[in-house]
Amino acid sequence: MSLVSIQNLTRVFDVSKPWLNRVIERLPKRYLTAVSDVSFDIPAKTTYALVGESGSGKSTIGKMVVGLLPPSEGGVTINGIDLAIETDDDKIESVRSDIQMIFQDPYASLNPRWRVRDIIQEPVVARGGKATGLAERLLEQVGLTASDADKFPHEFSGGQRQRICVARALASEPKLIVCDEPTSALDVSVQAQVLNLMSDLKDEFGLTYLFISHDLTVVQHMADRIGVLYLGRLVEEASPDALFDAPQHPYTQMLLEAAPRMDGFGREVEPPKGEIPDPIDPPSGCAFHPRCPMAVAKCSAERPALKTVGESRVACWVAQGDT
Amino acid sequence: MSAEPVLSVRDLVVEIPTRGGLLRPVDRVSYDIGAGEILGVVGESGAGKSMTGNAVIGLLDRPARITSGEIWLNGERIDQLSMRELRKRRGKQIGMVFQDPLTSLNPLIPIGQQLTETIREHLPVTAAEARQRAIRSLEEVGIPAAAERIDSYPFEFSGGMRQRVVIALALCAEPSLVIADEPTTALDVSVQAQIIALLKRLCRERGTAVMLVTHDMGVIAETADRVAVMYAGRLAELGPVREVLTEPHHPYTSGLMGSTPLASKGQPRLHQIPGSMPRLGALPDGCAFNPRCPKAQDKCRQNPEPRIGPADPRAACWFPLGETA
Ligand SMILES: Nc1ncnc2c1ncn2[C@@H]1O[C@H](COP(=O)(O)OP(=O)(O)OP(=O)(O)O)[C@@H](O)[C@H]1O
Ligand SMILES: Nc1ncnc2c1ncn2[C@@H]1O[C@H](COP(=O)(O)OP(=O)(O)OP(=O)(O)O)[C@@H](O)[C@H]1O
Ligand code: SF4
Ligand SMILES: [Mg+2]
Ligand SMILES: [Mg+2]
Repeated sequence: MSLVSIQNLTRVFDVSKPWLNRVIERLPKRYLTAVSDVSFDIPAKTTYALVGESGSGKSTIGKMVVGLLPPSEGGVTINGIDLAIETDDDKIESVRSDIQMIFQDPYASLNPRWRVRDIIQEPVVARGGKATGLAERLLEQVGLTASDADKFPHEFSGGQRQRICVARALASEPKLIVCDEPTSALDVSVQAQVLNLMSDLKDEFGLTYLFISHDLTVVQHMADRIGVLYLGRLVEEASPDALFDAPQHPYTQMLLEAAPRMDGFGREVEPPKGEIPDPIDPPSGCAFHPRCPMAVAKCSAERPALKTVGESRVACWVAQGDT
Repeated sequence: MSAEPVLSVRDLVVEIPTRGGLLRPVDRVSYDIGAGEILGVVGESGAGKSMTGNAVIGLLDRPARITSGEIWLNGERIDQLSMRELRKRRGKQIGMVFQDPLTSLNPLIPIGQQLTETIREHLPVTAAEARQRAIRSLEEVGIPAAAERIDSYPFEFSGGMRQRVVIALALCAEPSLVIADEPTTALDVSVQAQIIALLKRLCRERGTAVMLVTHDMGVIAETADRVAVMYAGRLAELGPVREVLTEPHHPYTSGLMGSTPLASKGQPRLHQIPGSMPRLGALPDGCAFNPRCPKAQDKCRQNPEPRIGPADPRAACWFPLGETA
């Protein structure tokens, strides 16, 4: 069964100017659809990765999954419970403690005035749980030492801080960890250490990850299934092998082609056309159509739904053979 | 013999006096860059990549300063020039592109004016000619409708477009050297590919020498002709990009390449280098890499690693890989 089920998830932000400006300058209200009609499942004990360029809606989805942000439409169910509509406090509490989040910036996400022990125990103590010896045990589990519990965050390197974040995330024995660019601020050699740690812990504790990243090579290594986002929409979903060997959506193809390769000596890439359009006023139909080399008339008129094509799911008229 | 290099750096040392003692963020670094050549500089955060570039353009922040070594640009020694003289070289002979385009652009001045001022400062042209040149250079970097957008302000452009403007600004006085420090790190993959292709094309067409600082091995592989790998302020390895990346001689380069997901493809775990790069105030004796090095022996703990440079061995290592001892 799927641990996480996301259905028609949509999030709209009001990005209007302040009321007074609107009146004086006679401006209409403006809305930005950060996430639009996204559906996918995450089976227990697997890693689902979301990739996409800046502004594609990755973090917004992550925040809705952990309950930091309410959806505008659609919903997230975890273990069959939708936090946005559930009324039973015990159930809400049990789901909440099953989910943790790890952020990109290991510097900003640790309170500099707290000792590492208090940082790690916080999710447990906040729920009135017992935490004796917990921080010490977790520190060793993430490859640091028990005596580090008495130190402050500034005494650690970036990679070590991210280990502390991982330890904190593990404290409440969660089932699901949402990782938002967990290694993007780290050097490759340190990234390798943190990714290995995350893989080990997943096996040991039977964790499920929603893994957010813009780095395709990292995603290929970590994920069981990958969802590609463009302007808030899921445009393709596939296994890593299928996605990297035979990408179906023209946007995925463009992304893979443009990504620099470590073995791409002297490679001359035809750089992609254009830039990501304004999300407040996205193109009609398929949002990728103005940049798409395959676009046909239907692409600008009608929005393609995500449909199964072979082993993948793709939202593209041409890939679906429906032009 | 090939022609004289555009930039020649010899035994460069940058030091920072601190309460805890003297730090050396750049320690006896030597390299050349020839006309039309792209030298990639890679290494982890804090390795001294930016400092190496900033020393060349005289942009070191106090209290960091060059304490020994030589920097030659087009046959002229520039490390002893006054700030005023250096400022003249910048722009005319050296163009700069940084990670954040807003460090190179004045937010309060239209981009066209910034371009024409730079052009007129360095080239003997009239105001009208300078404006024509500015429009042409914006067209060259792919700004659509350049003639109409020339009077726009930096904030009116997207991040990728701003970086294009910075490249136009860096190249408009036709410098012989461009120093690009993480020019695409803040950009998305698709825009990064556009900017890298642009930089490559323009420099190739004009024979500009380029120092490209980045921590992205993929960008280096696709862009650079030669690569310098830095570790703890020192050059670990310097050589042709394909050879260094595919058959590294320095154990650090080898570890770095191995720890990327691509190298461990199909394996459940990534290769790890144990530990992390030491802080400058806490460097080990001997070779800076020895505590993390799988090949370290007593010699490495007792003697500083051998120095490398254009005419010396590729790797600063007592026991380089791929060579029979
Ligand atoms: N609180 C907010 N108010 C208004 N707009 C927002 C808000 N949060 C996000 N957005 C917008 O929603 C879109 C998606 O943002 P999101 O942060 O989810 O993207 P992302 O894929 O995580 O990007 P990145 O790779 O840069 O982290 C962007 O256009 C962003 O500007
Ligand atoms: N004022 C200072 N006092 C002490 N150390 C300093 C000072 N300024 C810089 N450093 C040190 O100099 C070293 C070189 O820094 P540099 O910015 O060149 O690194 P870098 O390789 O460009 O790293 P990054 O990838 O993070 O940009 C770093 O270890 C840094 O901590
Ligand atoms: S639907 Fe059309 S425009 Fe969109 S990706 Fe497919 S071919 Fe391109
Ligand atoms: Mg984000
Ligand atoms: Mg730097």
